[in-house]
Amino acid sequence: MNTVIFRTVAPYLAALMVLFSVFVLLRGHNEPGGGFIGGLIAASAIAIYGIAAGVDEVRKALVFHPIAVAGLGVFLAAIAGFMSLFVEAPFLKGLWLFLELSDGSELALSTPMLFDIGVYLVVVGAISSIALALEEDEETR
Amino acid sequence: MAGSASTPKNLDLPPAMIEGVTSVADWVIVWPIALPMLGAAVLLMARKRPEWQAPFAFVILLATLVANFMLYMRVQAEGPLTMTMGNWLPPYGISLTADALSALFSLVSAFILLIVVLFVQSEVETRENKYGYHSLLLLLLTGVSGGFLTGDLFNLYVWFEVMLIASFGLLIIGGRKIQLDGAVKYGFLNFLATTFFLIAIGFLYGLVGTLNMADIALKAPQVESGAIYAVAALFFLAFAMKGAAFPLNAWLPASYHAPDPAVSAVFAGLLTKVGVYALVRTHLLLIPQSHAQLQLVMEVVAAFTLILAPLGAMAQTNARRALGFLVVGGIGAMLAGLAIGSPTGVFGLAAYAVNSMLVMTALYLVVGLVERMGGTSDIRKLGGLYRANSWLSILFIVLVFAVAGLPPFLGFWPKMILVQAGVEVGNFWLVAFILLNSILTSIAGTRLWAHIFWRDGREGANSEQINERIRPLTTRAKVWGLLPAGALVAFIVVAGLVPQPLFKAGATAAFAIYEPAEYVGSVFGSLSAAEE
Amino acid sequence: MEIALSFLIGLFFTVAIYLLLSRSLIRMLLGIAIIGNGVNLLIFTIGRVTREVPPIVPSGEYAPLETIANPLPQALILTAIVIGFSLFAFLLVLTYRAYQELDADNTDTMRVAEPEDSPRPPLSY
Repeated sequence: MNTVIFRTVAPYLAALMVLFSVFVLLRGHNEPGGGFIGGLIAASAIAIYGIAAGVDEVRKALVFHPIAVAGLGVFLAAIAGFMSLFVEAPFLKGLWLFLELSDGSELALSTPMLFDIGVYLVVVGAISSIALALEEDEETR
Repeated sequence: MAGSASTPKNLDLPPAMIEGVTSVADWVIVWPIALPMLGAAVLLMARKRPEWQAPFAFVILLATLVANFMLYMRVQAEGPLTMTMGNWLPPYGISLTADALSALFSLVSAFILLIVVLFVQSEVETRENKYGYHSLLLLLLTGVSGGFLTGDLFNLYVWFEVMLIASFGLLIIGGRKIQLDGAVKYGFLNFLATTFFLIAIGFLYGLVGTLNMADIALKAPQVESGAIYAVAALFFLAFAMKGAAFPLNAWLPASYHAPDPAVSAVFAGLLTKVGVYALVRTHLLLIPQSHAQLQLVMEVVAAFTLILAPLGAMAQTNARRALGFLVVGGIGAMLAGLAIGSPTGVFGLAAYAVNSMLVMTALYLVVGLVERMGGTSDIRKLGGLYRANSWLSILFIVLVFAVAGLPPFLGFWPKMILVQAGVEVGNFWLVAFILLNSILTSIAGTRLWAHIFWRDGREGANSEQINERIRPLTTRAKVWGLLPAGALVAFIVVAGLVPQPLFKAGATAAFAIYEPAEYVGSVFGSLSAAEE
Repeated sequence: MEIALSFLIGLFFTVAIYLLLSRSLIRMLLGIAIIGNGVNLLIFTIGRVTREVPPIVPSGEYAPLETIANPLPQALILTAIVIGFSLFAFLLVLTYRAYQELDADNTDTMRVAEPEDSPRPPLSY
């Protein structure tokens, strides 16, 4: 499994996968994609990097503990629901903000997107912590 | 197209969104769920700050308790309260609906968790080393409150799973062998129970085309097909398994003695009651015609649970396992209330559930202190604790009387109401079983007390020999362990001496179940308001 | 189509229940995975198998123009898949740890919490 080829390719593969996961996350509202699937892609990237480079390396690269990342995700998702408190609408109402950019295009920001980012972080955190725990176990054997 | 088929009145699709404003006061139904969830998230992020965890969790729980109390007062004063998520009109959006029953249970859950979080501080090890403990406790409360307050059947399934995940985490935190063992059994069987629940949801959706509880309550009684009874039976199977009723109770005594005493206490107080609550919801509100069909099954299950649970408790050498069986016995009493099915029966059920939540939590906390003193929960090796700590022995015997239902303690009143309900409908043999359960429970409980506290030494020791295993409680354990447990017991005693608030709460809760029109009205009220 | 799917669901449940009745934890895990898929298929079938037109409202319209696939069962299945997946992952890790710590992947030999030779309770009082 842990061949030279794999170890050489893994960092680039992982970087590409994380990039792709963000793309999938952001196109999610109106097209296939979204936080859950994006989070799974990113978690697989982390798992692949972990197999190639070792779990310690991954933990160093991640800076934050995966579970803390999941906590941030839950927090963001809940906050997305509370935004509607300010417009006197029920919990979790989708609110949209359209920003005109200088080149004339439009940037849509919304609470569903914030919610999806929260889901993304929860999935990345939870799945990668499980994957890393299993890999760590494999290493110490 | 099931979407438009489930519209209560034929609307155009554009006004499927709520028009007009939602008052900030209505958010009181969101806070009991959202506050612990936010708290859990923040504590997960603050994992490098173990010293923040406990105070923060305490503040969050205090705020949750206040929110629950406000919700309860509001529901008492104005009837059921509904908020439908995301500005959609019901039944498109997911509704949160609190009636007197759900608000009452949610309030008691928050109170119990507050006491337990104080108790947890008596375990130094927990506070400093076991990362995630407080956030998981908060997450568990999120799941429990969500389960009580949701007005959507599928959402109830989701909250069950939130509860399940949090309880998995709490079960294995610490990672001792016995915990892994207990968690495997707990995990598999509870996962199966929620799967049965999901199957039932699927069939019910196929029959009525909606998942909003109020909408189901409108449509399910008109379903002619006998399949609705199969759905009701599946619900009964799933929730009886969740509530650990005989013969599906195997997972409870197998796992509840494995984790920390504080975790056991929360589990005993909260988890099974959500199952019972869901039974009441599905069988008396959603599919009321099924009750007559399933009544015999419910009665038999209740009777077996009532008798076998205290007998099981007597056969245990581990004090906490014995308590696990007593939890199951309480479930039997609640099922008896459900089987009777009259408003008085549900009144007894609600009152008994409140009693069981408080008393079982307190019992586990007290046994947790006993374990701390004796270093074991094996009742053969315990003994003579009366001499070492007479306060603890008083707390324990009071709780034994309360759980057995002896006057004037809290447990007496719900049992009395249940007996009255049974006599009213002429179901004398179920009444006999309820009374027999009281006798057996008091034997099992006082036997525990006699072994742990009353006799002088351990098994086989002569009467002068003092049990050398017993160590006095540390000051920390006294302040953070004995005081919260004592406060909870004091609350139970006062509530037993002044039972009127319990009567009022239980009666309004039972009344709410038998007034589906109010429940439905609170969900679809916003709809008619939008039309006018 | 519904009838064929019903038989398939029945097959899923048969296999899953057979596996769940086994004593080996790995087989039980496979049973859990299969029963989860069976339930998802059940919800899908019960929402009626309609035309495979995605339930997307064209811009400028308020309602879909033709008969669409029922989106609700799909949303339910998606949620159930996510939850089932995470619980399955958890149970997998748990079983693995239990296998390492207790050296048991068989429910008959997994008796730490409920010892087989548990001593009798004291008979005094």
